[in-house]
Order: sequence, then structure tokens, then C-alpha cells
Amino acid sequence: MAFAAFATAEAQPQAPRKRSAIALVLLAPGIAYLVLFFLTPLVSLLLTSLQVQSEFGDIGEFDYGFNWQNYVDVVTAYWPHILRSFGYALVATILALVISYPIAYFIGVKARSKPLLQGILLVLVIAPFFISFLLRTLAWKQVLSDESFIITSLKALSLMAPDAHFTGTPFAVIFGLTYNFIPFMTLPLYTTLERLDLRYLEAGGDLYASPATVFRKITVPLSMPGIVAGTLLTFIPAAGDYVNASRDFLGGPGTQMMGNVIEANFLVLLNYPAAAALSIILMAAILVLVGIYVKRSGTEDLL
Amino acid sequence: MSGEGQAGAVLGGLAESEQLEQRTQPGRDRPRRGLGRWLLPTYVTIAFAFLMIPIVYTFVFSFNDSVKSNIAWRGFTFDKWLNVCNVEGGAVCQAFGNSILIGVVATVLATTLGTMIAIALVRYRFRARSAISLLLFLPMATPEVVLGAGLAAQFLAVGVPKDMVTIILAHTMFCISFVVVTVKARVASLDPALEEAGRDLYGSPAQVFWRVTFPLLMPGILAAALLSFALSFDDFIITNFNSGSVSTFPKYIYISAARGIPAEANVIASAVFLFAMILVITVQVSRAAREKRLAKLS
Repeated sequence: MAFAAFATAEAQPQAPRKRSAIALVLLAPGIAYLVLFFLTPLVSLLLTSLQVQSEFGDIGEFDYGFNWQNYVDVVTAYWPHILRSFGYALVATILALVISYPIAYFIGVKARSKPLLQGILLVLVIAPFFISFLLRTLAWKQVLSDESFIITSLKALSLMAPDAHFTGTPFAVIFGLTYNFIPFMTLPLYTTLERLDLRYLEAGGDLYASPATVFRKITVPLSMPGIVAGTLLTFIPAAGDYVNASRDFLGGPGTQMMGNVIEANFLVLLNYPAAAALSIILMAAILVLVGIYVKRSGTEDLL
Repeated sequence: MSGEGQAGAVLGGLAESEQLEQRTQPGRDRPRRGLGRWLLPTYVTIAFAFLMIPIVYTFVFSFNDSVKSNIAWRGFTFDKWLNVCNVEGGAVCQAFGNSILIGVVATVLATTLGTMIAIALVRYRFRARSAISLLLFLPMATPEVVLGAGLAAQFLAVGVPKDMVTIILAHTMFCISFVVVTVKARVASLDPALEEAGRDLYGSPAQVFWRVTFPLLMPGILAAALLSFALSFDDFIITNFNSGSVSTFPKYIYISAARGIPAEANVIASAVFLFAMILVITVQVSRAAREKRLAKLS
């Protein structure tokens, strides 16, 4: 939604912008705040990632340095977590897109003539946000536990091996990520589909295009801003998430993602340089991916 | 960009959609026969049922007569609702109170700073505009782990102990950009003629702002504040890195997940859910009523 707003905000006609000292007064406090608590921390993170263990210090004591070796160390130690983060996030993003598109289409296009239905459905889409994200994930853990009705029935129907588990597997983590980010995908898709001019679809039909061709050649391209915003809003937080993959939630020992090892290194092992190096890798990878993606999908006015 | 935040975004969206003057006329829906007609509604019904499962589960298990862990169903009781704070010396309520306090302070700070930026972005010309836009966009595109670890690294380097203040500082930081986006749309849709009229009637700049501009911006500011509060209230990842020993509601759930969540946590979550739903529905209904009134007038 935020991205969508960025993409569509500049539409209205504007009074000419003035140059004034007031602008400085309005901007200074907020911008200073972001410099102090967003930019400087990123610099701190970069400096921390290059620190060396102090020679006579305790665990968790480091000196500033230029220890590039930290990056080599974390990549060698944690490459499976890095691959897993991006792999899980990618699969979850695609699943969320496939699941959400028909929902968004129904609310934005089919329900357009019924404002009440549209309103109710929109409230239902955002309803999961009103209940703690962690409790929702834990609820799935119980609903899909080995003793649960769903899993025992699947086993009774021989759709699942009798000794198989669902929670603790990569499938469970991807399932959790997909579920948790469906509203993030549905909302921006809805915003663009709601504005879709249906006369284009009719024109396509009048020119003897099959419904599938109309969808592929007209609906999808016109809803591209929503698709880009939705996939970014899903992919970025999913790649950095560590709640779903945590052992106490839907994950297991073999599903740990980058977020989990950053948390463990920072808060438990007190290996700050390793945690910082991993964070910088995650941040850099996401910025590069987002840059390429936004450029290729042609929505460059995101900023 | 954590969970609840988008809820506010929709509220923001509601405030914005008033400005869409006229929607494109719905095209003639070609009548379709048989399966095709029912396929989409059926799918949507199933999808919504799927979305609601964890909510219903949490709500139902807030009435579970559980002893310690709240996993197996042991019978129906109102006890947990009536004695929410009696478990573990009130740890759940303490965490909930902290979350509310942090949410309120961070919301006031972020809404104030963000609204000022939004006005400046739409109304004034200044140098380094694209750099400032980038600075506002980046926090939304940064994974929460990175934001959390970065701030924690900085607090560590400067030697600031982690407590309630560091949590508030962190929450204000990630809320500002969302406030700017939400309020900016509202400022952009404001008719400059209204302020001009105020000036023509000899209003001082301060009077014009407080009597004309500010009331007109109010729906956007309110939506932004709701969004900030929701983002702050449900944030876990950034909080976990910057909270030290202070507990918040999501952090309490994360820590108790290993030994089992008491039903009292479900009670609080369900109560918050019901409250938020009532709020959203009231906003929707009153907006519909106002539109009807306006339609009658014109």
C-alpha cells in the first residue's frame, strides 16, 4: 500500500510550489530524526561488521578495524540460511500472488457495483492484522500439529505418510510466510484493480480475444503497479522474517533463515560483527533485487 | 512493515478514496452460465474461511479452561476473561500496558514529525528533494531485522542502555515514513483555493493553518496515527533487538511460546481484535452515512 501510494500520489493538480524558509523548519526535525536513527545505525552496522575480536577482551568485546574476513566467515558458515531466506521468500511471494489475485479481482472488479459487500470484504482482508501476528502463527502451529484434526485426517486418507510431520518442515515455514503476507499482497492489488477501466476488457472481448487472452494482455499489464507493490511488500519482510522459521513457531532445526542467525548472533552469542555482516548482506541483496525488479517491470516512479 | 500496519493503511485508503471523484462506470457484465459463474465466488469464500481460521482459533481458545499451556481443549469458561491479570503475577497485563504506552508515545512523535514532512514535500520547493524522498522510502524497504540490528549496534556503540526509551525511539523511526505517505496523499488533494479564501478574509498564516488547513488534513492525520499505533503495537522484530529486559505484548508471546501461551494472552488479543473491528466498522458506517447525506444535499 505504501509503495502503491508512492506510485500514485502525484496525480492531483497542484498549486505551484514555493521556496520558503518554512520548508526547512518543517523538514528539519523529521529528517534529522531519520538521519540519527536510521542512517547512522546503518553506518554503525557497517562499522560493526568490520570489527575484530579484542585481544584481551571478554566474549562480546570487539575493536574497530577493517576485518573483511567477517564477511567470508559468515558466508561460509551460513550460506544455507542465506539461500533458504531468499528461496522461501520467493516461493511464498509467488504463492501469495496466485492466492491473492483472484481475491483482489473479486473485491475490486466483481464487487464494484455492491459497495456494502466490497466494504465487508475489505474489512475481512485486513482483519488478520488486528490479531497479533505471533498468535496467528502459533494458532496455525496448533491447527496443523501432528495430533490435529487436519493432519490426522490426511494421514487416515493416506495423503500423508503416517510418520510424517507438517510443523518443523520447510513447507510449514513457507505456508506460514504465505499466510501472513496475503493481506500485504491483496491490498495493493485491490487498489489497482479497483481503478481498472472495464471498457478495455470489453474492447478486448469485442475484438474476439478469448477471456484468457484478455486477462493476459489487458488485465495483468494494467494491474502491474499493484503486482510490483504487492510482491515487494511480501518479499522484503518475508526474506528478513524469523518468527515463522523459529523452532517455537512453524520451523525446526533445518529451516532456520537469515533472520534467525542474525538474532542468535546478536542477542545470544554476542557475536555482533557476524550479525552485522549478515544484516549488511541481507540489506544489500534486497536493494539490488528491488532495483533490478523495479527497473525491469517499468515502475520507476516508485520514489 | 509488520502485520497490523496495513490495517491502518486501509483506513488511510478510506480517507483517500473520498477524493476519487467519480469511478469508472462498471461495464456490462456478460452473463455467464454454469461453472464459470460460481467458480470465483466459491474460491473467494474458501479463501476468506482460510484467512479467518487463526482468528477463530485464538478467539475460541480464549474461553478454554486451561491450566498452564493452552493447547488441548478442556472445557468452556469465562474465567480467563474475568481475571485476565491474575496469571503469572500480571505479566501479560504488564506487557500489554507497556505496548500501549510505547504505541501512544511513538504515534504522537511519528505523526507530528511525519505530518510536517508531508506538508513540506507537497507545498514547498527545496534542494536535495530526491535525496529526502529516498531517505523516506528506504526505511520501508529495509527488512526489520536490519533496522533492529542497526539501531541495537548504534545503541551499543554509544553505550545507551536498552529500555522503554530505546523501544520508543525505534518505533518512532519506522513509523515516520508511513505517516508521510498517508498524510501526503491528503495534502496533495487539498484545494488551494480554500486556503486562499482564508487569506483573502484577512486570516493570519497561523489562523489559516489551524482553522482551514489542519481540519481539512485531519482525516489523513488520524489514519496515519492509527497506522502508526497498529505498526508499533504489533512490532516484534525491531523491539526484540532494542528492548533489553522490558516486555511488550508481542515479546511476551514470543518468549512464552516455548513453554506454552496462557489463555489470558488469547483474551487480550481477542479483546484488541474486537475493539479494532468495532472501530473500523464504525468508521465505514459513518462514512457511508455522510456520503448519503451529501448525496441528498446535492
